[in-house]
Amino acid sequence: MPVPPPIAMLAELTHRCPLSCPYCSNPLELAAKAQELPTQTWIDAFDQAAALGVLQLHLSGGEPAARQDLVELVAGARAAGLYTNLITSGLGLTQARLEALSEAGLDHIQLSLQGTDAEMADRIGGMKGAFARKMKLAQWVSEIGFPLTLNVVLHRQNLHQLPRALEMAQEMGARRIEVATVQFHGWAMQNRNALMPSKAQADEAAALVAQARQNLKGRLVIDFVPADYHEDYPKRCMGGWGSSGLNIAPDGTVLPCHAAQTIPHLRFPNLREQSLSEIWYHSSGFNAYRGDDWMQEPCRSCALKTKDFGGCRCQALAITGDAAATDPTCIKSPAHQKLQAMADQFAGTEHAPLVMRENA
Amino acid sequence: MSPIPADSIPYLPRGVRLHRDHVRARWVLLAPERTIALDEIGHAILSELDGARPFADVVARLAAKFDAPAPQIADDVSGFLGTLRARRFLELA
Repeated sequence: MPVPPPIAMLAELTHRCPLSCPYCSNPLELAAKAQELPTQTWIDAFDQAAALGVLQLHLSGGEPAARQDLVELVAGARAAGLYTNLITSGLGLTQARLEALSEAGLDHIQLSLQGTDAEMADRIGGMKGAFARKMKLAQWVSEIGFPLTLNVVLHRQNLHQLPRALEMAQEMGARRIEVATVQFHGWAMQNRNALMPSKAQADEAAALVAQARQNLKGRLVIDFVPADYHEDYPKRCMGGWGSSGLNIAPDGTVLPCHAAQTIPHLRFPNLREQSLSEIWYHSSGFNAYRGDDWMQEPCRSCALKTKDFGGCRCQALAITGDAAATDPTCIKSPAHQKLQAMADQFAGTEHAPLVMRENA
Repeated sequence: MSPIPADSIPYLPRGVRLHRDHVRARWVLLAPERTIALDEIGHAILSELDGARPFADVVARLAAKFDAPAPQIADDVSGFLGTLRARRFLELA
């Protein structure tokens, strides 16, 4: 099957961030400011991405507002023809800067929330006063008229706040909310004892979301990522490896997903050295898990392989030691029971201090 | 979604826009975290929304363009726009 062009790109402009969330999806080895790509290299990457077929650009981090050239980058992305989404903690954005981003053509803002009150949000984000600043930002976003998505990462310590998060999204005038149960990659792997929800909590969240989708139909769109350690079928990770999305790390390394560098035998090129097109179509890293030649049983003969692509490669490696194995979330995986036992054990750990993310 | 009243003005809100996808030679509707591929009809409908034209006029113009009875066009367009409304990709003024 021919490789389709990518449709979405995540640009991790920086790993710097004023928050230190213990489930940060950035790698444990963070890129320093001196390693970050300069403005023009990013803008050139946006042009290349658009020519390659990318339609949606997500500007992320770290905290993308930590880049002094953010307004210029947004203008460059829009000039390239990309739908430009800013994924932000809200910290580092003033009203004047938001207005400049609006002027530059920013299409959409996704604001993260670590909790629905200052006590929870500031503790999980590791910064006093952060919650109040986010609330201020939400007000400016609404005044300027940006379309807003609220993003809430749920875990054992804040899952009970889901109903309030749904209310807050509506109060802020958000059209969408992303309710994502924590996925265990990056820093979250250091915190499975502290963050793993119980099976009962995971089920409750799923039921609450199903109910809210009914009640809020046409008013609030809810995207939900379940607690996959407790599921029986794996997530459609990235819609298939190297098939719809790509990710650029702050130093220019081009990746199929944000956790791909945890698979140690794969090599990923840098866009300072190769074009995005060469990397997408021809690099060994992107080709590693395309199609189904790499699959083992039970995936290989499974009818669902065209739907879920075997699940997540990084999770397969993390749990089974083999990145080509079936994602252990799958009920057909030989490691499925082991994963469920791990989940229950993590969820039952009583005293587990949070390991906060370090700064870049 | 309830049918769209004849005198209401359907429009694409900020953050939702038509875009020509040159690489795949098609029109798409771009929205937060979503890309919707449009066929010729879908593109024709959305192209009629200018932020001022009421639903009845949109229907009349499409009925003339496609040489089809207005009531049938009204049902089809209302259904299509209703789906977009449910996903918050379309608003009514």
